[in-house]
Amino acid sequence: MVDNALEVEDLVMHFGPVRAVDGVTLRIRQGTVVALVGESGSGKSTVGRCIVRLLEPTGGTVRLAGADITHLSRRRLRPHRRDVSIVFQDPAGSLDPRLSVGDIVGEPLRLMRRKDISTKVSESLQRVGLRPEVAQRAPHELSGGQRQRVSIARALISEPRLLVADEPTSALDVSVQAAVLNLLADLQRDLGFACLFITHDLSAVEYLADEVAVMYLGQLVEQGPRARIFGHPAHPYTQALLSAAPVPDPAEQRARRPVLLGDDLPSAIDPPPGCRFHTRCPVAVDTCRTVVPERRTIGEGGHQVACHLVKDDGTGPDVRPTEGVAQ
Amino acid sequence: MKPVLAVKDLSVTFRTEDGPLSAVDRVSFEVGDGEVLAVVGESGCGKSVTAMSIAGLLPRTATVNGSVELDGTELIGADKRTLRSIRGREVAYIFQEPMTSLNPVFTVGHQIIEVLRTHIGLNRQAAHARAVELLKLVGIPSAERRVGDYPHQLSGGMRQRVMIAMAVACDPKVLIADEPTTALDVTIQAGILDVLRGLRERLGTSIVLITHDLGVVADLADRVAVMYAGRVVETAEVHDLFAHPEHPYTVGLLGASPAAGRHAESQRLNEIPGLVPVLSEQPDACTFADRCTRAVDTCTSSQPQLTDGPHRVACWNPVRDRVEV
Ligand SMILES: Nc1ncnc2c1ncn2[C@@H]1O[C@H](COP(=O)(O)OP(=O)(O)OP(=O)(O)O)[C@@H](O)[C@H]1O
Ligand SMILES: Nc1ncnc2c1ncn2[C@@H]1O[C@H](COP(=O)(O)OP(=O)(O)O)[C@@H](O)[C@H]1O
Ligand code: SF4
Ligand code: SF4
Ligand SMILES: [Mg+2]
Ligand SMILES: [Mg+2]
Repeated sequence: MVDNALEVEDLVMHFGPVRAVDGVTLRIRQGTVVALVGESGSGKSTVGRCIVRLLEPTGGTVRLAGADITHLSRRRLRPHRRDVSIVFQDPAGSLDPRLSVGDIVGEPLRLMRRKDISTKVSESLQRVGLRPEVAQRAPHELSGGQRQRVSIARALISEPRLLVADEPTSALDVSVQAAVLNLLADLQRDLGFACLFITHDLSAVEYLADEVAVMYLGQLVEQGPRARIFGHPAHPYTQALLSAAPVPDPAEQRARRPVLLGDDLPSAIDPPPGCRFHTRCPVAVDTCRTVVPERRTIGEGGHQVACHLVKDDGTGPDVRPTEGVAQ
Repeated sequence: MKPVLAVKDLSVTFRTEDGPLSAVDRVSFEVGDGEVLAVVGESGCGKSVTAMSIAGLLPRTATVNGSVELDGTELIGADKRTLRSIRGREVAYIFQEPMTSLNPVFTVGHQIIEVLRTHIGLNRQAAHARAVELLKLVGIPSAERRVGDYPHQLSGGMRQRVMIAMAVACDPKVLIADEPTTALDVTIQAGILDVLRGLRERLGTSIVLITHDLGVVADLADRVAVMYAGRVVETAEVHDLFAHPEHPYTVGLLGASPAAGRHAESQRLNEIPGLVPVLSEQPDACTFADRCTRAVDTCTSSQPQLTDGPHRVACWNPVRDRVEV
């Protein structure tokens, strides 16, 4: 068996002049969860769409369980379709309103016998905590949380090796988010699929992910095991991102000082030369404005970072103001 | 101290095609001078309707009862002229989507200047200078240049800053911010929260902050009102609410978001099964009863009222197993 459910090598996706993804290299081992985080417009969804081949990449390669699917035609892609599924953010928009829940969930199996499909649909609905009778209903009769369960049931019915979950909880209320996160954690543990978990929500990342990859303007700036990234973020952007997310604890939150980066995310049409983060980086030096920082491994567990100021032993700048300063 | 804003027994019912819809039921709260009151709850709990009723932004299909007093002036049932002089001037709003409230065909400077000219009667030159000052106040770099930008030339975070600049242009007593950072990235959100904090500190503005993000509440609020299905079910000082939530719904909400440093292996998130009900009329019962694990017989036969005191809760069987340290 191949070790990696997914191998993405130097992935490039340009939309005309928009350099949405510009050289992303990422591996997901079988049965592990990798979270992809970064600001809006940094290219996370585009990476996800290339992996499930809703988009054909401009460059680089995408290998699913060892098989190169980067440029396969629709027909030749078919045998690989069952290896990977995607769940989208908007549970309403991603389900066809003219179909019943049963048809939606069973769609990936449409080549099987009807009777077998309906057994599988019942199983899949039950697995996500819905009653099998829901199969007869229309998606608009369900709540947001139930609809997201339906998308997950559909995504998992073909027993994929890899699930791409693109902001699966962002459109949901906190209490419903909790149910969907619990469900994903349970299913992932029981079924053992690998998962690319795209999200804005850093607390959800800590909850679900084994590894974290941080994206900025079409490129990965840092990646590594969850505990390393949260405990010792090396890249100034990662540090800023982590410091900006407020924690739901007044005493702790008030002792924190976020790094303020300014609102101006540069355009993906004309990304800054050198390090793309240099226009907002509080510790940028001259080299940063002209020389592209190489990606280097800085510690155990494959912790990698692309920043000129981070040394090989992982030490380097910390842009976060000292925490816990008396008020 | 007299509160700047006092909402008392505020109820809102909408006429809809499916009959009446009770969105807000006898909501009461007060906001002190320079105080930040956070209103939290899931979507559909009545947070925005409460906010909009404070200066009559609700559609004609709404019936509003109760009282909203701003610095002693009653707003419910007030005549158009009173409302016009108060709205935008004494009470100002910022919404989740800044783009929908900015006019795309005018520069941001023009829009701020209009506000200043209509409400305060500044002349064009003074209004221009003040507009630049306001943009600086909300942290827009190169304000002198940006004042000539059109809304589409600004990022989402900067548009929200412009909205705040417009909202505080007339130095309102109360700023109502309805999910002001929900559409923004955390890195941008941090800057906006900082601006709001600055307003309160420098101008003494009272803020009603509507949000569903408990991290934002923890960051900025002095006091919190938790809403459920149109009612306020608990209010308390912010530290007290997070440390000693008493209403089962509040306890549920707090347990639903992952704590820092916690992975699924070691912590299961708290789920609240079921949905927020949509009510045509308010029952004499606790509307959380069908989702509540602590429900007792009384809960379905009698509506719990808010207790008195600094920490108020409306529940027949509140969580009181405090562990004092
Ligand atoms: N079909 C398309 N045509 C042109 N540009 C596109 C297209 N899809 C995405 N883009 C652009 O590519 C960049 C990356 O977009 P993408 O949707 O991948 O970001 P994201 O990280 O998922 O953001 P969000 O957090 O807002 O979902 C953006 O600049 C976006 O405007
Ligand atoms: N204009 C309206 N007409 C009818 N019902 C409305 C209208 N505005 C809001 N509602 C209803 O009032 C309730 C409270 O809504 P809202 O205050 O917007 O919730 P929140 O801001 O807490 O998410 C919901 O059931 C909503 O559907
Ligand atoms: S390479 Fe330079 S600009 Fe980029 S993150 Fe490192 S220090 Fe900042
Ligand atoms: S009144 Fe009863 S049902 Fe309502 S929250 Fe309290 S215990 Fe639960
Ligand atoms: Mg996206
Ligand atoms: Mg709302």
